Amino acid sequence: MDYHSPASFAEASALAENATGITRFLAGGTDVLVQLRSELVTPDTLIDIKKIDGVHDVTRNADGSWTLGVAVTGAEMSEHPELGRDWPGVVEAMDLIGSTQVQGRATLTGNLCNGSPAADSVPAMVAAGVTLSVTGPGGTREVAVEDIPTGPGRTSLVRGEVISAVNIPARGENGGDAYQRFIPRTEMDIAVVGVGVNLRLDGDTIAEARVSLGAVAPTVLLVKDAARAIVGTALDDAALEALAAAASAACNPIDDKRGTIEFRTEVAGVLAKRTAKVAYARAKGEQA
Amino acid sequence: MALDDRKSIFSFVGTRPDRPDGLDKVTGRAKFGADMSAPGMLHGAILRSPHAHARIVKIDASKAEALKDVKAVVTRADFADVPFKPGLEGEFYNVLENVMAGEKALYDGHAVAAVAATSALAARDALKLIEVEYEILPHVTDVDKAMAPDAPVIRKGAADYSVPAGMHPNVVRYHESGHGDVEAGFAEADLIIEDSFTTEATHQGYIEPHACLASLGMDGKGELWCTTQGHWIAQKTCAALLGIETSQLRVTASEIGGGFGGKTTVFIEPVALALSRKANRPVKLVMNRSEVFRATGPTASASMDIKIGMKKDGTITAAEGIFRLQGGAFPGAPGDMTAMCAFAPYDLTNVRQVGYDVMANRPKQAAYRAPGAPMGAFAVESVLDELCNQLGLDPVDVRLKNAAAEGSKASYGPTYERIGLVETLEAAKAHPHYSAPLKPGQGRGISCGFWFNHGGETSVSLALSEDGSAQVMVGTPDIGGSRASMALMAAEVLGIPYENIRVTVADTASLGYNDVSHGSRVTYASGLATIKAARHAVEKLCERAAVKWGIPVEAVKWENGCAVPSGPNAGDFDPLPLADITADMGATGGPISGHFEATPEGAGVSFGTHIVDAEVDPETGKTSITRYTVIQDAGKAIHPTYVEGQYQGGAAQGIGWALNEEYIYGDDGRLQNSIFLDYRIPVASDLPMIDTVIVEVPNPGHPFGVRGVGETGIVPPLAAIANAVSNAAGVRMKQLPMSPPRILAALKEK
Ligand SMILES: Cc1cc2nc3c(=O)[nH]c(=O)nc-3n(C[C@H](O)[C@H](O)[C@H](O)COP(=O)(O)OP(=O)(O)OC[C@H]3O[C@@H](n4cnc5c(N)ncnc54)[C@H](O)[C@@H]3O)c2cc1C
Repeated sequence: MDYHSPASFAEASALAENATGITRFLAGGTDVLVQLRSELVTPDTLIDIKKIDGVHDVTRNADGSWTLGVAVTGAEMSEHPELGRDWPGVVEAMDLIGSTQVQGRATLTGNLCNGSPAADSVPAMVAAGVTLSVTGPGGTREVAVEDIPTGPGRTSLVRGEVISAVNIPARGENGGDAYQRFIPRTEMDIAVVGVGVNLRLDGDTIAEARVSLGAVAPTVLLVKDAARAIVGTALDDAALEALAAAASAACNPIDDKRGTIEFRTEVAGVLAKRTAKVAYARAKGEQA
Repeated sequence: MALDDRKSIFSFVGTRPDRPDGLDKVTGRAKFGADMSAPGMLHGAILRSPHAHARIVKIDASKAEALKDVKAVVTRADFADVPFKPGLEGEFYNVLENVMAGEKALYDGHAVAAVAATSALAARDALKLIEVEYEILPHVTDVDKAMAPDAPVIRKGAADYSVPAGMHPNVVRYHESGHGDVEAGFAEADLIIEDSFTTEATHQGYIEPHACLASLGMDGKGELWCTTQGHWIAQKTCAALLGIETSQLRVTASEIGGGFGGKTTVFIEPVALALSRKANRPVKLVMNRSEVFRATGPTASASMDIKIGMKKDGTITAAEGIFRLQGGAFPGAPGDMTAMCAFAPYDLTNVRQVGYDVMANRPKQAAYRAPGAPMGAFAVESVLDELCNQLGLDPVDVRLKNAAAEGSKASYGPTYERIGLVETLEAAKAHPHYSAPLKPGQGRGISCGFWFNHGGETSVSLALSEDGSAQVMVGTPDIGGSRASMALMAAEVLGIPYENIRVTVADTASLGYNDVSHGSRVTYASGLATIKAARHAVEKLCERAAVKWGIPVEAVKWENGCAVPSGPNAGDFDPLPLADITADMGATGGPISGHFEATPEGAGVSFGTHIVDAEVDPETGKTSITRYTVIQDAGKAIHPTYVEGQYQGGAAQGIGWALNEEYIYGDDGRLQNSIFLDYRIPVASDLPMIDTVIVEVPNPGHPFGVRGVGETGIVPPLAAIANAVSNAAGVRMKQLPMSPPRILAALKEK
């Protein structure tokens, strides 16, 4: 096994492009090292991206948008004084991952690129409209989060491509986001269903919304029907029921040791309602 | 050995000093199974079957053996070499079959070969080079399916004489007991409820995986360091499996990171010894978590039918239960224990119970705290709760009305001596928890539970030092703070401070045979032996005082750590403290020690009553345990904190078993959840503060009144939680675990 710690994304990309066998980027390593130790995946090449300049930075840009380095950890996001005020849903989703120890290592990019359909931060990022800067042999392109996963353990990144930054849009006025997951325990568990909701209000009425679902299909889902069900409403009971129905209808889950098809489908609707209520309250400036 | 007449006023017993092993454990100085190394040591690794049931056609290890880092490869052939114990039988044969497969791999995870190499990584890599040719056979993992006529036969001839003719060969033991006439009893009932229940296999979930360091020479002399609940059974079993003399193998028990019954047998130890013998070097073998789940001993799974008849006033007129327990591909599932314990809390005129021990393609079950009892209690106490609900009766009152007491004929045969069930029920009724109001969506459940407790072979030595301190050598690994309890009991007898006593878990070369730390026996049996050994030393101390004073030994008695004249006629001497006697013991007759060994029979059965509040989210089926109270008879709590710890631990493990823990097998017979991510043991935030009440109804069979407390605490939780959840959800839950998908499905069918 070869270990590299490049000084730039261009170098990281070149290393990955020229590597043979199995290549993994090493961010927090909370997936990579666990898979290595349990002999699930033994990489031939490990490319540590934590030594690249700027990867630990959290930057608020002039237009109010945010740029997060790819090695920023969950703990650093939670402890940031302003990020959570703008994007409480993204921060709470990341904060749900693992334990205190895992929080000190785990990153958004690692969570996304590991390719788990149940990854917690991903529905929140999709709802928030996050994009990624992807550096490859041909330069850098910008890709929406929902376009990265292509199936369990798979992404649309091609050989030689590495994510070089996480871009979160400007929060703007009267907006709020939230993420909730269902797990059978209270923590240290894997989402059976995850729901991200991000919305903007015009008075009491929802003007814009994005609703996403995790763990109910091979990849994260951006559910446009669910957003349509609440846009133009003040999240009254009828809107909530329509939201739940749309969320459940979008599900295409599997039966497995973590939950049945019926259970996941039903609970997706329940959680969509609960999460939308929190996002709505946050958009109104209420504590939730 | 009976309870002391003096209604003892204790000086040390009943206090709560820090445990003697505490500092080592919190600083990391304590040595657990994997913490020992030896010069020239090799690392072992085990190749395991990926198939639930397969004939082993051929094992070709030549590629692994060719590696320069590989020093030995062993298969079953390396155990067959048993010069003076040919043809293992009974449990030794079963254990050998389990630690290294013979003709067939019997479950996913069954060991088929092992390697010793110069590093752990080299050993793991070498495993990949061992080629095993399997002929895959049909398998069965479910208990009811394993009994069905078309089930694949796991091992012909495994059944014993107890099994009635015509049963499937996978049914290997049968138990039937009871008394009275159940049909006549049912005819007297105002209401009869009959229902079926299932529970899944769960793992003890001890935090420390199995680990050992083995060294066995060609001369048949060996040393074994391992994490175990009983090093004498490890010694005896390993010696038999390796074909060496028992006394030539010295076994030392490491500190132990939990066992709960799961470390009362051996898994990797004989393999490590075989590798060591072949490589002629010490071999360390450490399981990973996945191996622990796949290839050690979880508890049995169960399928049960219960029928109970009750009068309108709550009197039980008859009770009947059929208990089918699946214990893996070997005899040993505790169907008999389940049957015997199920109705044991009640004084019944008519009762009948039947237990089956059924084999399936799963790992060999091992003990897990009160093995067999929690499942039966779940089924029986659920039906009792339903009877109370339908007849509008208070569940504590009904249990009090039927409770067994001194003189009751137990459902499993004997007549009870002094027992404390009624006291636990009365304490439950009086506890503020029982009358606290419930919020909407919450339900309350109660359950009683019973466990036999055990005595077992026990040997303890105690030696005094010249400075007046004492060392106690026990043979029972400390799995729950027992060194503290032993020191308290020795302090009580000797009359010297707790801190001046060091208790050591001695190796197999230092004491006679000691039974395993199981059966809730340690504080009872090793405690009794410690008291007797200390009294033996006190006799000698009195003799030395008598010599010093020139009076007969009968004229000396022991009081508060001093020899004193027994009465005014004995003479006028100042009390002689222990340290003054030991200071010159070399000159007055030599070292002073005490010893005691026996198989004490008076363990004293134990009962508990649990109260649980649960809240169920009607939209997701998720349960939160909002309040929990454990009430149990300890006889006499030597160190109350560790008694409470046992009570809380039983409840915590019961919460996991009831709500989310289960062995999940795929259609391919492979275990689907062999990591803690998917085997859902409760995390700290899943548990409420677990309140405890220690009831003390002294056990007549122990000098200080001790009853074992380690196991009874896991008997009531499954039932109490199921009753709370069923009452909260408004639907009877008959399958464990009560995972959210199951509860949501039940709510939909309501
Ligand atoms: C105890 C424990 C609990 C956990 N709990 C949760 C949980 O509750 N929810 C959850 O969703 N996850 C959980 N996880 C999984 C894991 O912690 C998360 O997925 C985490 O976000 C991964 O981030 P990382 O930085 O550690 O990734 P790494 O392990 O470093 O990398 C993961 C993957 O991302 C790729 N990658 C990393 N950086 C880049 C990059 N810049 N460009 C391209 N590809 C890249 C790697 O090649 C690898 O395939 C848990 C893990 C553990 C050990």
